[in-house]
Amino acid sequence: MIGIEHYIVVSSILFVLGVLGIFLNRKNVIVILMAIELILLSVNINLVAFSAFLGDLTGQVFAMFVLTVAAAEAAIGLAILVTYFRRRGTIAVDDINRMKG
Amino acid sequence: MELTTSLGLIVPELVLAVSGLIMLLFAAWGGNEASKPVSIACCVALGGAFALVAPSVCGGYSGPGTLAFYGQLRIDAFAGFAKLMIYASAGAALVVAPRYFDRLNAMKPEFAVLVIFSALGMSIMVSAADLISLYIGLELTSLASYVLASFLRDDDKSAEAGLKYFVLGALASGILLFGSSLIYGFTGSTSFAGISAGMAGGLSGGMLFGLIFVMAGLAFKISAVPFHMWTPDVYEGAPTPVTMFFASAPKVAAVALLARVSLEAFGSQPDAWQQIVTFAAIASIVVGALGAIGQENLKRLLAFSSINNVGFILIGLATATVAGASSMLLYLVFYVAMTVGSFVALLMLTDAEGKPLETFADIKGLSTTRPALAWCLLLIMFSLAGIPPLMGFYGKLVVFQAAVEADLIALAAIGIAASVIGAFYYLKFIKVMFFDEAVDRVQGKADKAQWALLALATLAISPFAWLLTGWLASLADGAAAALFFAA
Repeated sequence: MIGIEHYIVVSSILFVLGVLGIFLNRKNVIVILMAIELILLSVNINLVAFSAFLGDLTGQVFAMFVLTVAAAEAAIGLAILVTYFRRRGTIAVDDINRMKG
Repeated sequence: MELTTSLGLIVPELVLAVSGLIMLLFAAWGGNEASKPVSIACCVALGGAFALVAPSVCGGYSGPGTLAFYGQLRIDAFAGFAKLMIYASAGAALVVAPRYFDRLNAMKPEFAVLVIFSALGMSIMVSAADLISLYIGLELTSLASYVLASFLRDDDKSAEAGLKYFVLGALASGILLFGSSLIYGFTGSTSFAGISAGMAGGLSGGMLFGLIFVMAGLAFKISAVPFHMWTPDVYEGAPTPVTMFFASAPKVAAVALLARVSLEAFGSQPDAWQQIVTFAAIASIVVGALGAIGQENLKRLLAFSSINNVGFILIGLATATVAGASSMLLYLVFYVAMTVGSFVALLMLTDAEGKPLETFADIKGLSTTRPALAWCLLLIMFSLAGIPPLMGFYGKLVVFQAAVEADLIALAAIGIAASVIGAFYYLKFIKVMFFDEAVDRVQGKADKAQWALLALATLAISPFAWLLTGWLASLADGAAAALFFAA
């Protein structure tokens, strides 16, 4: 029998993977965008699982909002990335270092 | 019936939303020539929203009548107080921006529209009474801010600032959201009142995790230590008017949101979050003060100064009392005035071609070449350092007073000791401007709007403002009482 704990464990694993993806990734920024999506999706799993478990619709409504905002966020992130790439000709994480201190 | 009352309560937000959308159309049709009319119209919209919010603050609105949209939003005096500061600082950013961007041929009408949408998001943030409206408001603010940070598309630093802000901001939102989902799951509700009721019986492990994640996400947004590392880079890289906006309006909104979440949603378990806030307060004050030492870039230095100030604001919140919340609001008022003043002064530092100057080396001996500007900066820096009789001192005084009354004497003592370290780099401004040999690099002419804003900000932190403190304190008390009425 799959209980609520299983869902929480899966979503927690996805969340941690997403956070690690942002911090450990040294390659390129697209991977960071994917990691951010992973975090948001882990949240959605949580919300929908809790919603079903509690018999309360609020969580699913919340998940809908999160999906919508995630789409907007990805669009803006990619747009910023494009202006950055035009200017610098690279999207390697190690090259984002004009400012330090 | 519910819909009409709700719409009546959110008229200021409706004004902003509708005028923002209309201006977006104008911007699309008019192209770059529309910049000026759109900026002016957006200023008018902000002014209108300001006037519409003012009665709720003066009347100290609180209680069940302030709930809109079935408990999604709470339009009380506390939200109103924060909104007044937000609209004022957004308006200030709109006033100084055209001159800065015109020089670079980068003025676009979308700038004003983005500021309006950001201000709208902040309005929703400070009024949020539910995790869903909290998230929507926060994201509306953040998404507009990411674009604003990278507004100078032809500038390396601006593009990098936007990218960094986006990645770390999105991570913060993700952490906050994960916390929200845990809190929803373990308390069974997304409304602040429901969460508070769900936590009243004790804090389970899941709730505690959720609480910590939510606090961490919000700490990112107010740039409190240990989640401050994006602040210096973003503040340095973003165009100066945008930095001024970032340092004032979103900070007010995020602090107000943090206060509402802590006191309303987690109000039944104050012990759990008080430790977190206390730690963040002390760490922010110390790191802000130490980090600023040795900075040569003035924008970067002001970024550390804002981290430092957030620490003092958090002391007010850490008390979890009405007096503490009220002192926090008072500190914010003068913090906004000092921030706007210092960044306007920074914007006035330009060379003959209008290129911005932003290092200590450029302002050597400013007092002989530009005495008026140097004296205004002197007053603002003394105020930031908390030297009486300027208003920065008053802000610190009320915060420490609230902390001592709440028996947080150790916290107040550490805060006072660390503010002495902070005074070092504020005094460095004075030393460089008044005692170093003049280099006369600041040649550019400032326009009337900049002088007017600088004069206004300086007046607001000057000893004359003591005359207003009684009235301001009663407004802040009313706002803080509204917050606790709801909790």
